[in-house]
Amino acid sequence: MTLLEAIILTVITASTPLLIAALGELVVEKAGVLNLGVEGMMIMGAACGFAVAILTGNTWLGVIGAILAGAVLASVFALLTLGLAANQVASGLALSIFGLGLSGVIGASFVGLQREVMPKLFIPGLSDIPFLGRILFNQDPFVYASLALLAGVWWFLFRTRAGLVLRACGENHTSAHALGYPVLRIRLLAVLFGGACAGLAGAYLSLAYTPFWSPGMTAGRGWIALAIVVFASWLPWRAALGAYLFGGVTILQLHAQGAGLAVPSQFLAALPYLVTIVVLVLIMRARSGASAAPAHLGTPFVPDR
Amino acid sequence: MRIVLEKRDDTSAFAAVLSPVIAVLLTLVAGAIMFALMGKDPLAALSTYFLSPLQDWGSIQEIFVAATPIVLIAVGLSLCYLSNNWNIGAEGQLVMGAIFGGFVAIVTHGVPNGPWVFPVMLLAGMLGGALFGLVPAVLKTRFGANEILTSLMLVYVAELLLDWLVRGPWRDPHGFNFPQSVMFEPEALALRLVETGRLHVGALLMLVVVIAGAVVMGRTLKGFEVRLVGEAPRAARFAGFDDKRLTLTVFALSGALAGIAGVLVVSAQIGQLQPTISPGYGFTAIIVAFLGRLNPIGCLVAGLFLALTFIGGENAQIFLRLPLDVTRVFQGFLLFFVLACDTLMLYRIRIEREAAA
Repeated sequence: MTLLEAIILTVITASTPLLIAALGELVVEKAGVLNLGVEGMMIMGAACGFAVAILTGNTWLGVIGAILAGAVLASVFALLTLGLAANQVASGLALSIFGLGLSGVIGASFVGLQREVMPKLFIPGLSDIPFLGRILFNQDPFVYASLALLAGVWWFLFRTRAGLVLRACGENHTSAHALGYPVLRIRLLAVLFGGACAGLAGAYLSLAYTPFWSPGMTAGRGWIALAIVVFASWLPWRAALGAYLFGGVTILQLHAQGAGLAVPSQFLAALPYLVTIVVLVLIMRARSGASAAPAHLGTPFVPDR
Repeated sequence: MRIVLEKRDDTSAFAAVLSPVIAVLLTLVAGAIMFALMGKDPLAALSTYFLSPLQDWGSIQEIFVAATPIVLIAVGLSLCYLSNNWNIGAEGQLVMGAIFGGFVAIVTHGVPNGPWVFPVMLLAGMLGGALFGLVPAVLKTRFGANEILTSLMLVYVAELLLDWLVRGPWRDPHGFNFPQSVMFEPEALALRLVETGRLHVGALLMLVVVIAGAVVMGRTLKGFEVRLVGEAPRAARFAGFDDKRLTLTVFALSGALAGIAGVLVVSAQIGQLQPTISPGYGFTAIIVAFLGRLNPIGCLVAGLFLALTFIGGENAQIFLRLPLDVTRVFQGFLLFFVLACDTLMLYRIRIEREAAA
């Protein structure tokens, strides 16, 4: 395997959890809800996914456990913000703090355990193609799932009637309500979908990316996923671009550290966070301040019959 | 059957005080259930958490020591949140304050110095925290970049910078290669208020800031401006208030307070710089700000309560072998319930039969 192949492969694996989480949050925000709890749902997915996989000895059950964990946490958020019309920013922060804490409690007895990472899918014939085969057809199932999710989210949001209704709820919930659409129910489903995606992204970290669980292992990836949604101007394919850009920066700094570059490792480790900031600034400049956000993003909706 | 939220016409002052109390009670119930699920005796666990730190003067002092940085930060964050500026990077501003303050302590180490060192450290920490807090504010006002994300990303940057400093240029040359700075000299340590125990001058500073905050918010035009910009930005613009300048002001102010908190943490609690200096005070302060109803005096009460859970959490770790993360779960519960109870204050909940809807 050449170095270039190795780098591209690792970039793809580093980007996949970001892409999955960002796509979930993108749907949530398109429905008009801002859930800042991605980090909390993601780490709960990582902890519960690993715990279930160890207890049952089955990676796939672990994945399902992670998805459920993310969705359950999202339902708490939905209860607060949709059911009780609580402040979405504060509720999302609470979800992140809560998730980080609870994942530590749940994962405490699993620290130090190891298990096999999810095997790569090997497709006879296709995987043997030089260069392209290794990159495109020798990935773990999560990578294919993330690409399917990308296509699915795009198709749903922009090619189906249900997607149109969902976007209407995000642009103007009063009008959507007046037209007879169940705004809160649609938002609930979107929030649950976002939670499931964040949980899945977490499962990727503890079941495929690394062979173990460690407290706080998401290391801000949930927040970067939120930044990717802004970067993407709420467009799915741009979210993929953003995810691969951030994945690329992460891997680049790891390789630079490995190559013994004469820069302190901490500076390189800070790179993904700094790039996030720079990209947020550049994207706002490019839009000259005008926001592409759904018009009613983050505003609570209380039906007024 | 369906549940309907109806806006209340007025919010009573009684409800404003009652809702955090209900939230605390619900947190205790949720905590008891969690302990029971973890196979611990709920009553014993809760009493370790909430009563054991109150049993001797030494740990009551510790509550004040832990509350000091939390309350200082929470007062600043209240100003931010009231004016719709979502600074969630106080943890990073705290670290930057500690770096600036620690720099003063390190350069005055081993040279003739005097009692001026600690005040200069406080000023340096204020400066460091304010400058670091201004970064997301400037990015927001100049470019419209989302301050929630930028301020949080800067937390990681500040922590990595501190990590580099204490492993690299600021490492104690006689410290057996441990990643830590020299021990601060007595002049660089916060003045103790008592003979035995760790209660220090920061507690007084905290009270001064709380009182000043309460006066500014309740009695001055600036306080009115902060609330108006948050509640009715359009009206505030018509009234001639400059919301961009206010964003810069509140970020600088909350950054400066977080910077002071950082100096106090290293000079009163640790006595040197280490790779990790805060058990998440900057994030706890977010909860404290909300629990205290974005009111400085409320922040003081809420901060003392949350500090109690920090000390109680340490006791529970030692005596009951409960993981320290339980404290965070508690804090999450608390914020959930506070937000939920706030809704009950703003809205009346009615249950209707389906036919009526």
